[in-house]
Amino acid sequence: MGIQAGLIIRKAASEIFRSALVSCWFMFLTFPIMVIKVNPLERTIEWRWMRLVWIGVAAFLLSFVWRYLMMRRERGSARDESESWQARLGKRIRNDRKTSYALLAALGLFMVLFPFTFSSYQTQIMISALMYVMLGLGLNIVVGLAGLLDLGYVAFYAVGAYSYALLNHHFDLGFWAALPVGASLAFLFGILLGFPVLRLRGDYLAIVTLGFGEIIRLILENWNEFSFGPSGIAGISRPALFGVDLSLDQHTIYLYYIVVALVLVTIFVVGRLRNSRIGRAWIALREDEVACQAMGIDKTRTKLTAFALGATWAGFVGCIFAAKTTFINPASFTFMESAIILSIVVLGGMGSIIGVIVGALVLILLPEYLRAFSEYRMLVFGASMVLIMVFRPQGIITGVRRRYQFRLSESREAQREKDAASA
Amino acid sequence: MDYFFELFFGGLTRGSIYALIALGYTMVYGIIELINFAHGEIYMIGAFTALIAASALSLLGLTGPSLLILAGLIAVVYSAAYGFTIEKIAYKPLRKAQRLSPLISAIGMSIFLQNYVLLAQTSDFLSFPTLVDEFAFMEPVSHIMRSSELLIVVTTAIATVLLTLFIKFSRMGKAMRATAQDKTMAMLLGIDINRVISVTFIIGSALAAVGGVLISNHIGQINFYIGFIAGIKAFTAAVLGGIGSIPGAVLGGLILGWTESFATGYISSDYEDVFAFGLLVFILIFRPAGILGRTSSEKV
Repeated sequence: MGIQAGLIIRKAASEIFRSALVSCWFMFLTFPIMVIKVNPLERTIEWRWMRLVWIGVAAFLLSFVWRYLMMRRERGSARDESESWQARLGKRIRNDRKTSYALLAALGLFMVLFPFTFSSYQTQIMISALMYVMLGLGLNIVVGLAGLLDLGYVAFYAVGAYSYALLNHHFDLGFWAALPVGASLAFLFGILLGFPVLRLRGDYLAIVTLGFGEIIRLILENWNEFSFGPSGIAGISRPALFGVDLSLDQHTIYLYYIVVALVLVTIFVVGRLRNSRIGRAWIALREDEVACQAMGIDKTRTKLTAFALGATWAGFVGCIFAAKTTFINPASFTFMESAIILSIVVLGGMGSIIGVIVGALVLILLPEYLRAFSEYRMLVFGASMVLIMVFRPQGIITGVRRRYQFRLSESREAQREKDAASA
Repeated sequence: MDYFFELFFGGLTRGSIYALIALGYTMVYGIIELINFAHGEIYMIGAFTALIAASALSLLGLTGPSLLILAGLIAVVYSAAYGFTIEKIAYKPLRKAQRLSPLISAIGMSIFLQNYVLLAQTSDFLSFPTLVDEFAFMEPVSHIMRSSELLIVVTTAIATVLLTLFIKFSRMGKAMRATAQDKTMAMLLGIDINRVISVTFIIGSALAAVGGVLISNHIGQINFYIGFIAGIKAFTAAVLGGIGSIPGAVLGGLILGWTESFATGYISSDYEDVFAFGLLVFILIFRPAGILGRTSSEKV
């Protein structure tokens, strides 16, 4: 007994010592940037020692958490994923028709009544959250399904927004006419930009798409005759409803329903795409390019469709964005925007539709309601991207792969039942 | 002709900075095949640390070159420490993960570091104190090349030579080359892979910090966002020269620097970054392995 207690104490002491070391290291590391603040005009220095204490305490505690999670991770990798509580819960909901229908109905009712129960401001926030859902689902095709890391996704978003804004400005074209135009232009740009990068490997592709994204933004910023430069385009008209005059609040509600409808369309289309021939080709391409080609899948076409279809959604959302804000300028289309959309996909779970929806709602709505912390938003985004990759690379909600099982006797019986039912 | 030389030396200066940062990219990529997206942020942290250290030390009465050297040293030490820590937190746990995981983690780290500096310091441009007076012997050519530019070019040349010697002749350099060629084999031969990777990150980060300090001293102002563009361009330089190759990184940096300098000088200054990105796209499409890089075929 005495020996065991001694061992435990020694173990605890060594753990505490390690944490103390980590804490000291982080206090050293963050010292100049966190503690000292220079005022360059008055040439004075402000010392913020309290922060050092906070960093020390936080690092001390977090290092315990980190080591515990690392330990669990090492042990967890041996365990089957299907054992986890999320997977079990998901399975139960999917298998139990009654609960899933009830849940869906409640959700649907909530979405329909949302603009009438909440203020116009809340509705605006919901609209932007739903726009990010669409963007996330679009990028999910490219990154999650086809495994092509696209860091310039915002370029297509910009194409959609600018095509509506310019068409509206020059030709007075309405929202409904511009929507397909914006989407098809984004589609074209997807193919245009997709072609040259087809030969590139994953990480090179990421950098080149980032370069493309920046090029498009820089052109929009500098080509004044075409895009009106950094001052942007103002006075874009809102979507029309058969010539009915709408007040500002009514416009918001109308736009909300448009977005909800488009989100539903997106979910439907992306879901069907994922389980289609081309969707399975995307997943195969992501898993192993060589094996995929050996199975006779046309790599070029598969990649291009992923790029182009992903871009189309960004085009749609771009048009909505222009209609919602009625003012756009290149500052809305920076790399940070791409990074936010990417973190939605990564956080939610690459390849999973529900995951992306949850990810978008969490990432966009949480910072809106936690106003006090909104300046920490990007900090938390960055940190959570790292943590998710380290501890839960499959995201919040794991994408469920369709499984085909070949069971001779049962499948025959099922076939017979089906025949009987149809006859 | 003076204008030409001004652009030439301007390009040389820029190119040297790109080369200093690109060396870090290329070394890390050579060993663990990761685009260290947070590398530009290390450069930015180096510049910030130098600014803070210089301000704090100048209160103690230090001035001139000794201040630059001391602040620079502090910046180098801190950047190396950041590089080391980042590798341990964000990349080491992902060594066996899928290819995209470490890259996404690196992007997250980059966003985190940018906002960390933004929140802890400021989002405004800070003016960097002028630490070096114009050298007297540069007087006759001062209209085409400033002293701070000379400092950058000379430092880059010295750093590159030292690095090449280190990699060629030292024990650690040999271990690095072995690890870059074949990690498993190197491990079997008793090389401590984790140490090699850590040293790689430390050296790369230190070089980035040197670049950060020198360019801030030259340009005279910094903010939290300088690392992003510099990082992308340095990566372009590394790819241009052939990623994984050290002379390639320097060559790529210089070519990129001159391209930008001449293009902005003779064509248009609005599209400075477009030329850089355009060059990157062009090179990757037509010669993905870069100028000095070797094409490697994938084994199945």
